[in-house]
Amino acid sequence: MNDFVQLWVYLASTPLFGLTATLVVYAGASALYERLGRAPWANPVLWSVVTLGILLLVTHTAYPVYFAGAQFIHVLLGPAVVALAWPLWQRRSELRRRGVALALAALVGGASTAAASVALGLALGLPGKVVRSLAPKSVTSPVAMGIAERIGGLPALAAVFAILTGIVGALSAKYLFNLLRINSLAVRGFALGTSSHGIGAARALQVDAEAGAYAGIALGLQVLLASLLLPMAFLLSF
Amino acid sequence: MNALRGLAVLLVLQAIGEALAHALALPFPGPVVGMVLLIPALQASWLREPVKAAAEALLGHLSLLFIPVGVGVITHLDMISHYGVRLLVVIVISTWIGMAVTALLLNFLLHREHSEEKPGE
Repeated sequence: MNDFVQLWVYLASTPLFGLTATLVVYAGASALYERLGRAPWANPVLWSVVTLGILLLVTHTAYPVYFAGAQFIHVLLGPAVVALAWPLWQRRSELRRRGVALALAALVGGASTAAASVALGLALGLPGKVVRSLAPKSVTSPVAMGIAERIGGLPALAAVFAILTGIVGALSAKYLFNLLRINSLAVRGFALGTSSHGIGAARALQVDAEAGAYAGIALGLQVLLASLLLPMAFLLSF
Repeated sequence: MNALRGLAVLLVLQAIGEALAHALALPFPGPVVGMVLLIPALQASWLREPVKAAAEALLGHLSLLFIPVGVGVITHLDMISHYGVRLLVVIVISTWIGMAVTALLLNFLLHREHSEEKPGE
């Protein structure tokens, strides 16, 4: 028994632990998601985060120890953002034709969700730092962290809010769009990508290639618009 | 092999993006600059197959890439339990507002565009 504890202590402190645990848990959560017919509530990001969080708390493993291994997955977010150029390139003719409509929808949609989060946060009496971390939550997490830092929020908190926003969107988009009678897969994908960035885009991709491509476009536009406009808006209004 | 070559292309563009963003004090993060640079670079046909392979691999498992940061929620449990309900209200309502506004506006704009395409009808 003592040997086992020692082995666990050793393994849990090497980078191998964070990397292996993340991949194994995600592979399990994804398989379950497939088995359940890709039901929104079975979202693999949600259940992987919950499972790994509980695992760390139960085994008293500190987050930095976990992240030492998980960072090898985390660094791929950079090239993944660059890779968004591919779906944009593939749909360049549509983009040229519908560019104005898409840019306008991204601008108004992104601004309304950021403004709503700031207004609601202030109305409910949340501290300023928390409100500033909420503002960029519809932008993909690595970019949201950068924006939060520039507008006086907390990067780590902004990343968590961005992930929660992604999960909320991925869980509820289907029902909201059905309620609003939005049937176009392009529009559904685009709206999901605008408000729920990469996690929404991943969900859209799993449902339909067209919806996924439009979610990718929306995610890219939101990154561009928010990194430019959010710091300006905060500079002017606070 | 193509996917590996593509990953190298993506990383080179990210590095160029980081360098430009830093040197010119751009308001965009490095990977975003890299993405913007890659679009015209794809005019070069020899880049397309590798980039396609790497992009499909990375974007196909996009959910996985958010998990390491997502698990960081455990470091903010005290704050989340303190403001939990209020935070959830803000996140859920503002996300729904964003989705609804975007979907309704784009639906309107694209429908108008469709009806403009057939002026004779």
